[in-house]
Formats: sequence, structure tokens, C-alpha cells
Amino acid sequence: MSYEQFKTRAEGVSAEVHRFVTKEAALDFLFRFLQKEGVADAPQAYALWADSPFIEGIDRESLENIAGLKFEITRELATNARFGINQMEWALADTGTLVQDSSAIEQRLVSSLPSIHIAIVPTSGILPDMPTLLGMLHPKESAYIAMITGPSRTADIERVLTIGVHGPDRLVIVFVDELGGGK
Amino acid sequence: MDNAFKESIQKAVNNANLTGALGKFSEAYKVNRAKAYEGIDFEELREKIALLKGYAASHLDELSDQFTQNAEACGAKVFRTNDPAKVREYILAVARDNNVKTVVKSKSMATEEIHLNPYLEKAGIEVRETDLGEWIIQLAGQTPSHMVMPAIHMTKEEVSDLFSKEVNERLSSDIPRLVKVAREQLRPAFLAADMGISGANIAVAETGSIVLMTNEGNARLVTSLPKIHIALIGIEKLIAQYADVATILKALPRSATAQLLTSYVSIITGPTPNSDGSMKDLHIILMDNRRSEMASDPKFKQALQCIRCASCLNVCPIFRLVGGHVFGKVYTGGIGTILTAWFDELKKSEDIQGLCIQCGACKDVCPGKIDIPDLIMEIRRRLVQEQGVPLLQKSIYAVVNNRKLFHGMLRAASIAGKPFTSGKFIRHLPLFLADLTDGRSLPAIAAEPFRDRFKKIRQPECEEKAAFYAGCLIDFAYPEMGEALIKILNKAGIQVLFPEDQTCCGAPARYNGAYEVAASNAVDNINALLREEVTYVISACPTCTVALDHEFISTFESLGQTEWLPRARKLAGKVIDFSTLVTKLVDEGRLSLKEGRVLGKITYHDSCHLKRTLKVSEQPRNLLKKAGFEIEEMFECDTCCGMGGSYSMKLPEISAPILQRKLRNIMETGAPVVAMDCPGCVMQIRGGLDQTGAAVTARHTVELLADQLDL
Repeated sequence: MSYEQFKTRAEGVSAEVHRFVTKEAALDFLFRFLQKEGVADAPQAYALWADSPFIEGIDRESLENIAGLKFEITRELATNARFGINQMEWALADTGTLVQDSSAIEQRLVSSLPSIHIAIVPTSGILPDMPTLLGMLHPKESAYIAMITGPSRTADIERVLTIGVHGPDRLVIVFVDELGGGK
Repeated sequence: MDNAFKESIQKAVNNANLTGALGKFSEAYKVNRAKAYEGIDFEELREKIALLKGYAASHLDELSDQFTQNAEACGAKVFRTNDPAKVREYILAVARDNNVKTVVKSKSMATEEIHLNPYLEKAGIEVRETDLGEWIIQLAGQTPSHMVMPAIHMTKEEVSDLFSKEVNERLSSDIPRLVKVAREQLRPAFLAADMGISGANIAVAETGSIVLMTNEGNARLVTSLPKIHIALIGIEKLIAQYADVATILKALPRSATAQLLTSYVSIITGPTPNSDGSMKDLHIILMDNRRSEMASDPKFKQALQCIRCASCLNVCPIFRLVGGHVFGKVYTGGIGTILTAWFDELKKSEDIQGLCIQCGACKDVCPGKIDIPDLIMEIRRRLVQEQGVPLLQKSIYAVVNNRKLFHGMLRAASIAGKPFTSGKFIRHLPLFLADLTDGRSLPAIAAEPFRDRFKKIRQPECEEKAAFYAGCLIDFAYPEMGEALIKILNKAGIQVLFPEDQTCCGAPARYNGAYEVAASNAVDNINALLREEVTYVISACPTCTVALDHEFISTFESLGQTEWLPRARKLAGKVIDFSTLVTKLVDEGRLSLKEGRVLGKITYHDSCHLKRTLKVSEQPRNLLKKAGFEIEEMFECDTCCGMGGSYSMKLPEISAPILQRKLRNIMETGAPVVAMDCPGCVMQIRGGLDQTGAAVTARHTVELLADQLDL
């Protein structure tokens, strides 16, 4: 129910929403997606994957063999990346919003500089709304709380909605059921 | 009014790009806003906001202390000052200490308020606005015309000209391409900047957090990429508790841009590491600039409940015609008028306060529950107190205030006006109705005013009595409305009295800030209307009803004339508007309309005071339906017709296009009749229809119902 609500809301603001039961299936989707979009080890074509619980237990080395997928995050690398991948811990069903403790700058670099942001979210991290979230996530524990609702947008020229200004022009959300979540 | 100001209005209303873009936006906004609030109890939400922001406004010092303590405990440096000059100096000092050469900014009205950019640029620092709208106006060398959409006054062609110059390449006016150019141009600026400057939408005392909302993502970059971040915050942004962030986040994006939430929200509490491992140098400036003074003013304290959504601009029928620049350089629209009077100076609001037509549309949508029209009236009152009433107006009030003289002159005018009469309209009326705009015919002054006709009306003796307050328009221009009203009340077994000593309701004086005159009108009317024991004091003019019901009391309160309050309240207890009383009589079974008639299509115009102050909108519609009319609603049925009493005389260049829009909406329904409950609206709309030659008649509900009584 709340997943469906999230999906409707997020798609309403031009996010792309997918859901998989297993990590394996999610990973498979991710690779196929990157390939389809032409991931390569070249500027404006590679992907950066920021530290996330999702990667734990996955053989890193096998991932590093994929051309164009990098796990080292610097602002220089992020500047020229086409894809940024990270894990967002929570999702608010009533607004289609993703939420993360973004205190680590790497998390912000991969979600703001590349043109495609892929967010992995544990399905169990779906919360009904903002008040519930604020009850769980306190500034004492998180110096930089980041909320993302759809891709970057503007309507500053003649009120015409245009996607992709300073942030990503695509937000791809990948829910994974078997990821424990909600920290 | 200042000539340069009048010229700026002329220029704005004749700027087709501006009025076109704003007009389209304002129409879409209302629809989208309603959609964004679906399933939310807006009244409950804004009550909560008013409460929490009201609390903050009365505890500014305490919350500033608490915020400072908590933010500093997290490692932020907090600087507090009342003085805009000290804010500028502080920022420059931080820049100099760190050898800052370039700054990127995300949108901040507080920095606009203190004119920060020119100051830093003069000191040799390059400042780059990164919000697309702000960047556009920075390139154009202009100031924001709207708090949320700073470049809403510009066309894509103008933007492409600006960008073409910037990139030295002829660009087309394709909007997605222009946005791409902005991304490409600003990205290197973000990466190279030594300092980021932002505002904040919320500051939380309990945690020392600041909350930033953007759609473009520029605030994320401004707060993440440069090693220094300065946030400039007006202390009205303070709230006590972290949990209340959710309340403001619920309203702000919905009210501002009809979004459920902006694309990005960042809650920042103390510095975080930069990408090179060093810690962010985070400075938070809490700026007062007269906000505390505002908080200690009993009237204006509520203005601090503003969450800066700009919905008061978006629904304003004047703003959509003139845009923001007519209002000045920083804050614009309804709330902008108030903020300018305080953060700049009262004198600067002198002209712009006159733009408000007092229709109340902004008050209805304000998520901070601020009575913006009332505060603008208070500015007017204080200006008059400081500077006195202009001489011409003074002489008009002297006449209006002298009942015998006023009525004598109106009678004289009914004769003098004759040579110019064509049918029921004349072009010019003498005295205060003189110099009216083109585009609207004016009613002839009745050959025999209502007060004379009344004496000839035969009424049944009834036990229950009501006093009729006619108001100037029914008395002298539309006496037939008064006769219709008597016919209806008699039918319900109520005898109507007409207290002869009644005089002007004082609205014209009050709406021009002349409260002393309004108070003296109030005294005369209270004496006249309470002289005899009656059940009701009925009026068929919503502006008069509001005066009798609310404004006598608030005028006395404003002037401290408390001795009149008990009688003013007694009068208010009896006052009732026409449609509400008739609905009551029909419900009680004392009055019935002819059943089963088919009278055809009709459309209904909601008068500002009736709908928004008296909260009456369904009653007249239901009565008209009962009588056999089929209501065909017009677009923007409750948008002002542009009359606004003397407004239409002072600012005809604004009043006329508002009327034209109203006429278009009426005619588009295809209904042959437009009904309304206000003789002022009848005067405006009937006059407009007459000029366009449209086959639509404008009638007061009282006239339409009098014909349909069950005999």
C-alpha cells in the first residue's frame, strides 16, 4: 500500500521507480540499466558508487571489473561522472521523497553532480510521511539530512517546467525488499 | 500619488509580456494550489503555523539565544546583529580573512534586503547567483519581481538574449536548451567558488539546524562544494521545535508553487567534512533589521508569521497586472508592502500601499494566517496620522461627513447630471464620483433618492421591525433595490424602518486611512440605527454590512475610543446582510419563492466583502436556484471586479483591466444575467457591460428575488 503510494507520488514528479525482491535481482537490473545507458570508463560516461550497506556482502572485486564503475569518490571524479549510485535509507510515501543522512560529502557528490542518480532503497524504509521521519531522524545524529523528491527542476523561465538544472535530470529509484533498512 | 510611480504602473499594465505571463500563471496557480492541498485541512494547518510562528515571534530573543547555543555547540559560528551594515561587514571580513575571490549564492531574500551583491562586488569579490531566476536577473542588472520566481516578468526571448551575450553565441529561445546553458555555465562557478552564501527557509532553535529548500539543487551545491558556507537568516525564520519543521514543509511548497515538496530539502546542523577531509567553515548570521521592533508592535507582530511562500502575490488581482517591480526593489506584493514599510521605511510604502484594493484574496490563502489587507490598512492609517489627509480628499470627507450637505449635493447632482444622461447612465458625476475611468458607464443619480421614495411606500403594520441601512449607492443611485428589499421583507411579515439620520458608512474614509472621519460616521450611524427597537439592521451592500458589523468596532479600537464599543457591539449584533436574512426567512417558512419556475441560466459574481469577510457565498446561489434560475459558474467567480470604492477613481489604469477580465468571464458563461449582492459591483459591472454593448444584464439578487415571490 505505502509502496504503491510512494510510486505514484514519485512518478508524479518524474522519478523512475523499480522494485525487486532480492539484492541479486536489483544488481542485475542495475547492470543492465548502466549498460543500456552506455556506461564506459570515460568522462561523462562512468558511474560512481558511494559507500552503501547494499554493497556489503557483495564481492567488490567482481564489481570493479565492470568497465566504468568506480567506488572511489572525489569531487573531480564526481564532476565528470554520468551516473551516481548510493543508498537512501528512507522513502516518504505521501510525497514520493527519498531521505538520507548525507553528512558524508561523498553521498551528496554522487547524488548532485552526475546527470543520473540511482538510489537504492530498502523497501522496509518506506515511511508514511514527514512527521514520522522527523520522529526517527534527529539532527543530533545527522548533521546533513538530505531529502530528494524527483529530479532537479525549474520553472524560472516563463513558468515552463524543465527537468535537470543543477542536479540530476533523472532519478532512478530501486527498491530492494530483502535489504534490511530504516537504520 | 507620485508621478514616477503612476508611470511605472502605466508601463507595467501596458507590458503585454508581463501581464500575459503573470495572468497565465495566476490562473493556473489557483487550480494547482487547490490540487496540492487536496485531502489536507488547510484551516487546521494554518492555525498550527500561526500558533508556532506566533510563539516564535513573541520569543525572538529567547529562540535566538537557544539557536546560537545549539548551533555553536555543533561547531557553527553564529553572528547576531540588528544592523544590515554589520551583516555586510561581517561577510566581507570572513571573505577577506580567507582570501575569497569568488562566491556562489543560492537564492536569499535576506541578502537582497541588505543589497549584499553590489557591496561584495565593490570590494572586488565576484558574486554569482545560481538560482536560475536570480542568475537571469543578475545578468540583466535587475531586481527580483517575485519572492519565489524572481524572473517571472521576463520572456524566454529576453533570457536567450542575455544568455547569448554571456556565452558569445546566438542561442535560440528553446527553454530546455537555455536551462542547459545555465547548467553548463554555472557548474564551473560552483566548483571554483571559495565561499557559498545561502539564506534559509527555517531555523530551528531546539537543534541549531537550518533548513534549505530548492528545486534546482543549487542550495545543495552551494552548501557542499565551497569550503566556507555563510547562511544569512532573518530571525523571523526561527521556530522553537524540530518537529515543527514538518508543519512548515507541509505548507510552504504547496502554497509557493503548488508542489507537495520541493525537489530538495537539506537540514544542516553544524559543519560537515569537505571532500578534502577538512571541516566546513560554517557561519550563521541571525539578522534582526527591525524584526524585534515589529514583534513588539501589537498590530504588526503577526506579519512575522510569514513563511515567505508568496501566495499573497499569486492570488492578488493587482499583482498579476503590474508585477513586482512597481512595488520596489526587494519584497513585493501584499506582504512585500508590509515588509518594505518596516525593513526599509514607512515612507517608501506610501505609494505602494495604495495598490491594495482590499479584496481579501490574499488573506484567504495565507498559510501564516496573516490579515494582510488589515495590516495594509494600518499602514495607511499610520501614514495619514503622520502626514495628514491630502487636501482634496479632506474636502471630500468634509462633505461626506456632513450628511445634509452631502445629500444636498447628491440631489443637486441628480439635476446637474441630467444633460449628460443617456438612458440610465451618465459619463461623469460631480464631486467624488468625478473623473472616472473610461470603459465603464456610471449610473445616473436617481431623480428621487430612496429616502424620499421610502415615504411613499405603503407597508403593512407588523410587530417585527427591521431597520434598513441603504448606503449611498442604493439611496442615491439604485433606490429600486431598496424598494425590492422592502417588498420581500414585508412578505415575510417584517416592517422596514428607514432611520433618516443614517449617513455614509465610513468605508471611503477608512480605506483611505482617515480613521477619525470613519469614527465620526460610525457614531452618527450608531445613533441613527439604534434609536428604535428593531430585530435586524439589514443592508444590501456588503461593504456597508462589513462596516456596520466589523469596522465600526475596529475603528474605535484603533483610535482608543472605547466608550463607543458597547453600542457598536450592540449594533453589530443586529446587522445582517440581505441574502443571509432571506435564507433564514425561507428556512423558517416565513417566505416562499414561486415553485417550479424555469427562469434560465444565470451566473453569479461573488463580491469581495460578502464572500471573504462575511463568508457568504452559498446563500444567494441557493436562493436564486430556489427561485428557478440555473447557475452557470463563471471562471474566477470570486475575483474582485475592480471597483474597490474610490480605488477605481484613484487607479483607473488598474481597475479597468480587472473589470475587463471580469466581463470576459461573465460573457463566456453565455448567461444573459449576472447576479451579485453588492450595489458597488453592480455599478462597476453594469457600467462595463453597457460600454461593451453586451447583451448581459447585471442585477442585484434583491431585484431578481423580488420578482419571484410567491403571492
